[in-house]
Amino acid sequence: MTALGTVFLQTTNFTDAAYIVAFMLLIYGMTGLTGPRTAVRGNKIAALGMAIAVVATLLRKGEFNGSGTVWLIILGVAIGTAIGIPAARNVKMTAIPQMVALFNGVGGGAVALIAWVEYRHAFASAGTSVVIPGRAFGLVLFRAASPWPLRVEIFELFGAIVGSISFWGSGIAFGKLQEILPGRPIKLPGRSQSVLNLGLLVIVIASAVALAAGTHSQALFILGILVVSAILGNTIVLPIGGADMPVVISLLNAFTGLSAAATGVALDNPVMIVAGMIVGASGTILTNLMAKAMNRSVPAIVAGGFGGTVAAPAGQAGAAGGTVRSTSAQDVAIQLAYARQVVIAPGYGLAVAQAQHAVRELEKALEAKGVVVKYAIHPVAGRMPGHMNVLLAEADVPYDLLREMDDINPEFGRTDVTLVIGANDVTNPAANTDPGSPIYGMPILEVDKSAAVVVLKRSMASGFAGIDNPLFYEPKTSMLFGDAKASVTDLTAEVRAL
Amino acid sequence: MTPIQFSHVARLVGGASPTPLVIDIAILVLAGFVGYTVISKVPNTLHTPLMSGTNAIHGVVVLGGLILMAESSGWLEKVLLVIAVAFGTINVIGGFLVTDRMLGMFKPKEPPKGEGAEESK
Repeated sequence: MTALGTVFLQTTNFTDAAYIVAFMLLIYGMTGLTGPRTAVRGNKIAALGMAIAVVATLLRKGEFNGSGTVWLIILGVAIGTAIGIPAARNVKMTAIPQMVALFNGVGGGAVALIAWVEYRHAFASAGTSVVIPGRAFGLVLFRAASPWPLRVEIFELFGAIVGSISFWGSGIAFGKLQEILPGRPIKLPGRSQSVLNLGLLVIVIASAVALAAGTHSQALFILGILVVSAILGNTIVLPIGGADMPVVISLLNAFTGLSAAATGVALDNPVMIVAGMIVGASGTILTNLMAKAMNRSVPAIVAGGFGGTVAAPAGQAGAAGGTVRSTSAQDVAIQLAYARQVVIAPGYGLAVAQAQHAVRELEKALEAKGVVVKYAIHPVAGRMPGHMNVLLAEADVPYDLLREMDDINPEFGRTDVTLVIGANDVTNPAANTDPGSPIYGMPILEVDKSAAVVVLKRSMASGFAGIDNPLFYEPKTSMLFGDAKASVTDLTAEVRAL
Repeated sequence: MTPIQFSHVARLVGGASPTPLVIDIAILVLAGFVGYTVISKVPNTLHTPLMSGTNAIHGVVVLGGLILMAESSGWLEKVLLVIAVAFGTINVIGGFLVTDRMLGMFKPKEPPKGEGAEESK
């Protein structure tokens, strides 16, 4: 490249223009995700935007100042690539929630580390350290003497806190999903958990105020901000039960995004701001959606370990309703083969049993007999938003057969047989009918409206929420006990034999 | 505006003065609304790829690591930044790849015609 060309690539205008193109592509790419048909391309466009942003950053004047900078950058990128590519290629679709949790954490961690370095830079040039008592209260009015520029102090402190919470919280979420840690809530008795969390939050905020007011102490930054936020990340997520994981993952996703946007303001980098806010918005939307689908408020989930602890009131509500009717694969196969419409309601149990492919075979066998088959997907089926759709897509189920809850609910009235596979709480009619039920008000798949229901279940154990399901005792319901995969395979064979 | 005394202010834009803070905050707010509008149109079906895609997008923090690297001093800062860059790279590369892999599995219903039924309408 000519010298003139090099100079041009290093001008501010070039960098700014490239950044604008970059975030334009990021936004445009995300609009592709509005449908499965355009999504692959959308993702590639977003990736191109990111590549442009990285290249433009590397071309900046002075980017490679300092001894060894080139090699350090290459080292970092090489390590990231060496970990990222195999992880993305080899991860199983059932393990996607863990991976997303881990990736959230890693992003939050990067933000916290960057904030730390920014802190050191600000004070390296500050020279003397003067702590003026009382300044903390007049933060904005008196901050003229602070060695931090306003944008750095406020936004990097935010980034450090939220990034650190996200890193450690995601680590715990990963542990729970990977079943390294127990899925049940781990918490202090009574209200002491909330008191502890609140206390930690107060310490973090107090430290942030003191630092922003000009207290020059790296120890305070490390201990008061990074370490206490780390503890807070642990104590927030540990008490949350396995059933609430879709909410937790979404929330941490939002946190990481917001902290990245804050870093963008501190560094005056528009791509980081825009990208971070997109992620923040996405995480926020999904968090609310998941909380709604589980009939919970986000504050209640975060305030402390609901999931799995409400087992107490489950009691005998259903047991009084009668006995369950057990059936055989042969009977079910006849029921299915002579139905006009069959709806399959899969839950996470299906994924655990690795029965996705078997279900797809059953669907094909039924379609060959002229039966209309649809899948009813509850928003929290699986362990993260939309997880079940990916699992079924992996088994080659066409996405047009996957119906969202609001679309499929009116259809149950016209359905002859509904096959519930490894799902429990999301089909529990008590959510609609029993005001005393802990899940009352939760939107469910109204499978009990169909003419007959067949529940494939390993045993009579209750679901994640530990609540008995009156659906099982209804006269129109029959139970097919056994491993989901084996049962579905038997069903398929029986249907084909008819 | 006070004279530029902080190294990082000068570095941002090759010596020119930085964007006023209020502009950056305006971008932040507007981007929030854009994000909200765009993401609310994503159907439930694609929420998992959306999340792994946003994993890739918040990998944008890698830019922060790249920007700060040149003026870092001392081994501690260099180590921190190498880790930050590695983390960001994991996000970007891993995130986009796994999203691509997942999205590739979503196929519409078609008249059955064996394998290789790729991207037809």
